This record gives sequence, C-alpha cells and structure tokens, in this order.
Amino acid sequence: MLNYIKLIALGLITLFAMIAASYARDLAYQVHAIIIMAVSAGLFLWTLRNTDEPVPAAVLETSYMDGVVRYGVIATAFWGVVGFLAGTFIAFQLAFPVLNFEWAQGYMNFGRLRPLHTSAVIFAFGGNALIATSFYVVQRTSAARLWGGNLGWFVFWGYNLFIVLAATGYLLGGTQSKEYAEPEWYVDLWLTIVWLAYLAVFLGTIIKRKEPHIYVANWFFLSFIVTVAMLHVFNNLSIPVSIFGSKSVQVFAGVQDAMVQWWYGHNAVGFFLTAGFLGMMYYFVPKQAERPVFSYKLSIIHFWALIFLYIWAGPHHLHYTALPDWASTLGMVFSIVLWMPSWGGMINGLMTLSGAWDKLRTDPVIRMMVISLGFYGMSTFEGPMMSIRAVNSLSHYTDWTIGHVHSGALGWNGMITFGALYFLVPKLWNRQRLYSLSMVSWHFWLATIGIILYAASMWVTGIMEGLMWREVDANGFLVNSFADTVSAKFPMYVVRALGGVMYVTGALIMCYNLWMTVKRSPAKEAAVSSAAVAAE
Amino acid sequence: METYSFLREFADSWMLLVLFLFFVGVILWAIRPGSNKTHRDTANIPFRNEDKPAASKEART
Repeated sequence: MLNYIKLIALGLITLFAMIAASYARDLAYQVHAIIIMAVSAGLFLWTLRNTDEPVPAAVLETSYMDGVVRYGVIATAFWGVVGFLAGTFIAFQLAFPVLNFEWAQGYMNFGRLRPLHTSAVIFAFGGNALIATSFYVVQRTSAARLWGGNLGWFVFWGYNLFIVLAATGYLLGGTQSKEYAEPEWYVDLWLTIVWLAYLAVFLGTIIKRKEPHIYVANWFFLSFIVTVAMLHVFNNLSIPVSIFGSKSVQVFAGVQDAMVQWWYGHNAVGFFLTAGFLGMMYYFVPKQAERPVFSYKLSIIHFWALIFLYIWAGPHHLHYTALPDWASTLGMVFSIVLWMPSWGGMINGLMTLSGAWDKLRTDPVIRMMVISLGFYGMSTFEGPMMSIRAVNSLSHYTDWTIGHVHSGALGWNGMITFGALYFLVPKLWNRQRLYSLSMVSWHFWLATIGIILYAASMWVTGIMEGLMWREVDANGFLVNSFADTVSAKFPMYVVRALGGVMYVTGALIMCYNLWMTVKRSPAKEAAVSSAAVAAE
Repeated sequence: METYSFLREFADSWMLLVLFLFFVGVILWAIRPGSNKTHRDTANIPFRNEDKPAASKEART
C-alpha cells in the first residue's frame, strides 16, 4: 500500500519537475529541475519494480544497521578529496589570477568556486562524516538498532542530493549570497525535510535505547541536529520571486539580516563544526585509547556551558558596523567566556590519554586525534582573541580570519574525521587492522605540516595586510593602496597553496590506504572459531 | 510598552535569571553526592555492545 502512495508522489514530482524545467526562468533552476526529474523518475521505476514483490523477512533487531554508515564513510572520503582539491585550486587562483580561465568565465572563476569549496568541505565532507559517525555512535551507545528502518537511507541519499544541488547551483549562479547558506529556497526546503528525518532517526534510536543513560556523545550530536535545524530555518526565511525560478528575496533586511546571518554563521561553526565533532571525539578518542573519558562530570558541565554561550557569540562578526554597540559587545564578551568550555572539551579529550601516552609512539591514529584536539584548543583560543574589538579592527577583512578558520577546519575537524575513518573502516568491513600504518604516519605528517604552512603564512599575510591598510603618513593620508597589499601578499599565497597541496596529498594517501584495507587486509575471524578452541 | 522594549527588558532580567539558575542547577546536579558511580557506568558505555544490540535492559553488558 505504501508503495502505491510513493509511486503517486514520485510520479507527481517527476511531472512537476518536467514542467518546471521547461518554464524555468534561469539556468540553475533548469538544471536542478532536470536533476530532480531524473532522480524521482529513477526512484519511480525502482519502486515500481519492487511493488507487490514478496517482502523480505522483518529486519532483525539483533544487528546494527551499518550499511548506511559504510556509504557515509565512502561519501566522506570522496567529498573530502573534492573539497580539498577545490580549495587548493582556488588558493592557486588567488596567487596566479591567470587560472581564472577566460573560457570558463562565469563558471569556474574564484567567486563561483569559493562557495563550492566551503560547502564541499563543511557540508559535504563534514556533514557526511557527522551523519555516518552519529549513526554509528548512537547505535553502539544506545545498544539499539537505528530507528526508522529505511529512513536512515533517506537521510543519507537526501543529504547527498542536497549537496549535488547546492554545488551545481553555485557554479551556475543560483545563490542567495549568504555565507555558508548560499543554496536557494527550494534547496533549503529540501534540506529542512531531510534534516527533520535525521532528527527523527536519531531521536527515535535514543528513545528506544537499552542503556539507562544517554552517553555524552549523543548529547553533543543531538544539540548539533536540533540547533542546526533552528538556525537553518531562520536564516533562510525568504520569499521566492517565482515558483519557476531560483531567485528569492530575504524576509529580513539591512542590519537585522546581517545579524541573523552571523547568528547563523557563527553557530554553524559552534554547533556543526564544534558540538557535532565533539560528539565524534567523545566516542572515538576513548575507543582508540581504550579507556573511558577523563572526567564525565567535566563533559556534562562543558556541554551545557558550550550550549549556553555559543548561541550569543555571533555579533562579533559585525564589529564597527551598523549593529548597535551593545549587541557587538555582548557577542564579544560571550566569545571570550566561551574560551573556558572549549578548553574544557580539549582538556577532557587530552587527559583521556593519561596513563596511555605511550600509545602516541605506536599508534598514528591516536596521534591524529591528539593533534586534532591540539588544533581545537589553539583555534578556540585564537577565536576569542580575534573577537575582541581592538584585535578585530586589525584582523577583520584580512587573511588572518581565513588562517583561523583553516586551523580549526583542517586541524580540528579534518584530523578528528580522519581518525574516525581510520577507526571505522576496519570495524565496518570486518578487517583485523588497517592495511598500512606507515601510510597513516605519512598522512599525519603531510597534513600537519600542510596546516602549519597554511596557518603561518596566513598569520603573516593577514597581520601585514591589516597594518598596511591602517598605515598613515604625517599628514594623515593612507600610505598603501589596496593593490600594494595584494602584491605584497604573493609569496605567502604561494606558501598557502603548497600547504593545501600537502593536505590533499595526505587525504589521497588515506583513500588508498582505506581502499586497500577493505580489499587486502585479512578478515577478522569469526567469534565461532575461538569459541570452538575454548571448547576443546 | 512596545514589543521590542518588553522583550529586551524581559530578556535581561527574568530570562537571564532563569537561564543562569538552570546552568547552576546543572553543575550542582553533575557534582551531586553519589553521582560518581552513575558517571563511571555511563562513561563505560562505549566499551559495551560493540557488535550487536542488547537483547534487553538487563542484558546490556
């Protein structure tokens, strides 16, 4: 019966997408309508072929649902490489403008590729990593199979459809010009549906848990899912100009719009890239170190402190703007207070290794997790410092900001995700161990040195550029023109791009290593044989 | 009173107090006497049920 409803719905969507494709007012919308038409027509055929077939035996509640996690791991590795490659390419575009090819003008110039890069690493790489690890962790820590049956698959494929729509939209010019929230109205609506399904799957699994308590990692994942839903809906309140076009008009205007945008923007950092990844950290670090988290009390207190503080920190993006002073002071103060709970998380993660520090010498995977916590601590110190108004007057609009973001994203989010992937792949594909530990070491050093090159060159160029902009002569005239700063930054831009090359090389080595782990590593022997030996 | 002023006044008085008390309550709850045993048990959750779901609440180890 359900299949008939699905067939009707898919048929109607296909039909509407066909009409939309022919009435489309702009190219981005037209391409999206064709993609949606193809996807829903394919699903229609697939559902049709499975309708009235004998239903397979009810899914066993005696196993975890790991298929979707496996797909998530593959998608994470794939989108990671895509995002890093895009980032490295645009880094070279900044150093060598000739790479903004004339023949690809309007599609592959810096302005179009930059949102493609940010969304590919944050939402495609980070988002797939969060969905995969949260599905893995919530099942293990709840001792229950994922709730909702195939809804988990809907979340995975639906989210990746969102990414494809977002990425193609940027290249074709479908954007609402909000940083980290570029996709237009219909893509936003689709993400809202997928995200609510994600919330349902996650919450459903927690509700049917067998453990009496909810493990702290799940608190972090849950806060990430709930807050991102709220942020996404408010920041994307807009009215489409036409149902057959991608253009929409924001509901908020002027400084209110700016405030909502940075309330969203900073909490995307706070809840997507911090709370969600702390959830990852609170499961994979104890597992890899083989000892429970250092202080469970600290984890509870720093969780609530983080939740209470992060939501106020947004206005520090709008110092010296039309935003009222009280609001930007509020944002600044809360950003500084935020330093404490952030370091609470770092200390808790690092101290989990107390008594097991020797593992750092032998296990490159835990080394990766430890350096990610180190970068987390560093960027959560740098962030509050940069939010102080006086510092911000120097750092804002310079490359220092970009350096800060990348020490957080490459160092903290990237490294903890790599650690989680190295942990997950042997477990998910039932292998005894990784294919090669020395490749993990190579990845570790390439990535670490790459980040250091990146962050150091951006500090130098950012502070230099900030000082050049404010330099005045004895008569009060500005000394440097903008173009002077651009030419002075050239060597640092080249170093930054080389750092990116090293980081992406490390990621490619990881992909090869994970692929060979699945293909070549010896399979884990079934528990049956060891039981048989014991019985003799 | 217009909505903005009302909300503004409510936010930096009563709501601030409620949120602050909630936060203090969380800290007191976390360090309450007898929480050590619960926390030790909860912190060890990742080391159970690695391969398959627990059959019942009692059989969770």
